[in-house]
Amino acid sequence: MAISDPIRQGLARGWKVTDASRLERDLALEADVVVVGTGAGGGVTAEILTRAGLTVILVEEGALRSSSDFRMREGEAYPELYQESGARKTLDKSINILQGRAVGGSTTVNWTSSFRTPGATLAYWQSEFGLTDLGADALAPWFARMEQRLGISPWTVPPNENNDLLRRGAEKLGISWGVIQRNVRGCWNLGYCGMGCPTNAKQSMLVTTIPAALDAGARLLTRTRADRLRIAAGRVAALECRALDAAGTDLRPQRITIRARHYVLAAGAIGSPAILLRSRAPDPYRNLGARTFLHPVVVSSAVMAERVDGYKGAPQTVYSDHFLEQAPVDGPMGFKLEAPPIHPVLYGMTLQGFGAGHTALMHEFAHAHALIALLRDGFHPESPGGMVGLRDDGSPVLSYPLTSFVWDGARRALLAMAELQFAAGAKRVFPVHEQVADGYASWREARAGIAQLPLVPFKTRVVSAHVMGGCGMAADPRRGVTDSRGRHWHLDNLSVHDGSLFPTSIGANPQLSIYGLTARNASLLAEALARRRAPA
Amino acid sequence: MRRRTFLKAGVAGTVLLAGAARIPAAAARAADSMAARGLSSADRVVVAAIAPVMLAGALPAGEAKAKAVASVVDGVSQAVAGMPPATRRELGELFMLLDLAPTRRLVAGVSRPWPEASVGEIAAFLQAWRMSRLALLQSGYHALHDLIVAAWYAQPESWPPLAYPGPPEV
Ligand SMILES: Cc1cc2nc3c(=O)[nH]c(=O)nc-3n(C[C@H](O)[C@H](O)[C@H](O)COP(=O)(O)OP(=O)(O)OC[C@H]3O[C@@H](n4cnc5c(N)ncnc54)[C@H](O)[C@@H]3O)c2cc1C
Ligand code: SF4
Repeated sequence: MAISDPIRQGLARGWKVTDASRLERDLALEADVVVVGTGAGGGVTAEILTRAGLTVILVEEGALRSSSDFRMREGEAYPELYQESGARKTLDKSINILQGRAVGGSTTVNWTSSFRTPGATLAYWQSEFGLTDLGADALAPWFARMEQRLGISPWTVPPNENNDLLRRGAEKLGISWGVIQRNVRGCWNLGYCGMGCPTNAKQSMLVTTIPAALDAGARLLTRTRADRLRIAAGRVAALECRALDAAGTDLRPQRITIRARHYVLAAGAIGSPAILLRSRAPDPYRNLGARTFLHPVVVSSAVMAERVDGYKGAPQTVYSDHFLEQAPVDGPMGFKLEAPPIHPVLYGMTLQGFGAGHTALMHEFAHAHALIALLRDGFHPESPGGMVGLRDDGSPVLSYPLTSFVWDGARRALLAMAELQFAAGAKRVFPVHEQVADGYASWREARAGIAQLPLVPFKTRVVSAHVMGGCGMAADPRRGVTDSRGRHWHLDNLSVHDGSLFPTSIGANPQLSIYGLTARNASLLAEALARRRAPA
Repeated sequence: MRRRTFLKAGVAGTVLLAGAARIPAAAARAADSMAARGLSSADRVVVAAIAPVMLAGALPAGEAKAKAVASVVDGVSQAVAGMPPATRRELGELFMLLDLAPTRRLVAGVSRPWPEASVGEIAAFLQAWRMSRLALLQSGYHALHDLIVAAWYAQPESWPPLAYPGPPEV
């Protein structure tokens, strides 16, 4: 069955898209608003601003790819759709970071799990950062609006075996679990969301808000890196961009300069702070790039008697928040449990060991069950998160200290996952740690073993697909980079609309938090810009 | 701003640089430019020697093995080529360390040139870096692990022993 490709159709209709890798000379452009980044924040912003009648230019360093290109092959998807080919790491290289780099940003490759911002998180933002206008009630209509826009609803298809094992284990132990909501319409339940949805079922920005903005006349520049903002007299005067080559990694000589009434950064966490750092944006209280959070993830793999086939069927459809609810949000680190997709490359890279030991684990691939624990960082003085800095060449790098506070959470998480996996019937459990060679055969063995494991960088595999913060919001300019509307505290005509706004981690998969907050802030911005244009 | 490339990270970097002091500057510059895109021919030799040990038991036996190793080397080279310049520079430094005889001996503990090194010697090198207390060596091990493992398991030839049927037809 032929699947229609909304991107190729849009291009045929005459969308204004410029691929800077083919640019022959410099460009100078103008618009009401320029939006940097086309992910969760950039997509929603572009749709709302164009609907309000504003002219918009979108700047994206990744390429424009679509369902016809998405062949569900890891070897193609990671280099083409991910930052640094999926191998982005923290400064000391101890944490692997997955972020998207394509039109649609991380939403093009994400796993579709959709949660509203937890009430405990919003309450903490109110009390600690003064964000009193971002309460659960105030945000509810914005979440509802985006849920409707993106088809977000509970997944009613039975979970795949990898997720059902999470459910069964949780039931056995008598801990709470739930069904995850997903942003899909007509999902084929294939399980390849991480490589770009080949059926356009996933309601990513690539197939929703961005086509809407382009249909309304927005202009999109791809393989275009926003380099720096030119700043004068407390305002942004222009955005300077560089053309990238076809691989999207190296600079070409061509430059693109964009002038606009207002500038929106939506280059994601790490990306947006990096642009402000390169621009030497005012930062009198040294908040820029600080408090960058990861939901650091530890992984537990298990071998089951029956086939699991974790590559098949929608990923992450069951979750448990039991371990987020055991202590107050600012107590010992809580964690969320989910069951990720299992594909050969990502799974092989993640597993410990090499040679015969690694191969033996890989040969159990079809029987492998994997759980991940997402640690809720940023709510405790000993969890201050990481810091974005710049390398010599201006590219960003995150340093993120794994403190003993984090490791305490990680140990409890590895224990909890092993217990749950044995409760679900696991034959062996392998916490992903270089000193776990043969795994554990029973919960009793695992409990003793995990208690002894040296939890230190590199020995313990730590990964993240949820980068947040670095341009945090606060009601007081001393505590944050922007106010609660995402307006920069020191630059009049600059806003940030993406995951970098969060003053802590979310404590749930972040996409819906970004959609909802951005819908609100982009609507406020559209009103403000309309007012400024209206004759006095 | 902050410069901290592979060789310069911390104490270990100092030790390594001391060991590598005899490397002529020209060779270092060559390594820089070799890493400009994919693997250099010297880097390819290193990967071709390490891959069968990293992937012991996973690669086919007999004649097919050489082809499989060559495909892994190509895959690693492509992956390196697709990295941003800063990462390519760091990987270039890692490979330079492994390419050049003095550092290969001193830092990797591999006494003979890569094509002649025994499986045991290479496995001991990987294990030593994996279990090292120095972040630099551990991160070097993980870089090799991730590049080689990814290059192999991206290929359909690696899937039958996993009982992975490959992506569905749509
Ligand atoms: C594999 C994976 C799975 C995930 N699964 C889930 C999930 O199931 N549920 C969930 O809620 N969240 C998930 N996430 C996270 C979620 O997708 C992100 O939190 C969200 O998309 C972030 O939105 P953003 O707007 O902040 O940034 P992004 O969506 O990352 O978009 C930022 C964009 O800016 C571009 N950019 C960066 N710098 C520049 C520059 N200088 N110039 C031009 N462009 C630039 C990037 O290329 C990118 O396209 C997942 C992420 C990944 C990577
Ligand atoms: S599971 Fe659904 S949303 Fe994910 S790739 Fe398959 S069809 Fe697309």
